[in-house]
Amino acid sequence: MSIKVRYFASLGERVGRSEGDLEFTQAMTVRDVWQLDTLGKPIPDNLLVAVNMEYSELDFQVQDGDEVAFFPPVTGG
Amino acid sequence: MKVKICAEAFNPWQEIQGYQDTALEASAKFGATSIFIGTMRDFNEGVGVQSMTLDYYPGMTEKQLEKILTDAGQQWQLIDTYIVHRVGEIKPDDTIVLVAVWSSHRGDAFDACRFIMEALKSTAPFWKKELLDSGQTRWVEKNTDGYQKT
Repeated sequence: MSIKVRYFASLGERVGRSEGDLEFTQAMTVRDVWQLDTLGKPIPDNLLVAVNMEYSELDFQVQDGDEVAFFPPVTGG
Repeated sequence: MKVKICAEAFNPWQEIQGYQDTALEASAKFGATSIFIGTMRDFNEGVGVQSMTLDYYPGMTEKQLEKILTDAGQQWQLIDTYIVHRVGEIKPDDTIVLVAVWSSHRGDAFDACRFIMEALKSTAPFWKKELLDSGQTRWVEKNTDGYQKT
């Protein structure tokens, strides 16, 4: 199974990339995705997450083909 | 109800007029139009800002803005709503955001416009990176709560 992982704004700079694919075989939460994909970087304060372009939570279970996005607080307007 | 992401500078007054002339149905029904326009300043947190880059999440940003407009339509009696938001490189005096709300009565128009703008500021995936007069760049870390009195 595979998911797409995306990082936006300052988080992309901190992690060192803006997107990539992650292969997995066991059930995973969004928190697991962060741990695995960032090689265990600490979870930043105020981290926002989205799954398939909707706000989600770290405990949400991801599915094959999902797009998981991590980003800092939003600053538009 | 419409959301537009704009990579070029836009004139908010022309956008309002154009939308009202061509897209708005029920033209003789609205008695109140409430508008918010956000413009880029040349200073932030005590230092000069030359320009900024507005990043966004294509797909999710539009979806979130549409959700905000739908939420507003469920809370107030609205005839139509329109959001235009800039992305890309922005200079001082450029319009960043336009929110326009058409309703039969002013109460709904005022309140929904404020709600839409505050929801946009706290939930729409946009991020600003400023180029300072010093030549350094910095990400804006968070938006302030617009309902908080300073």
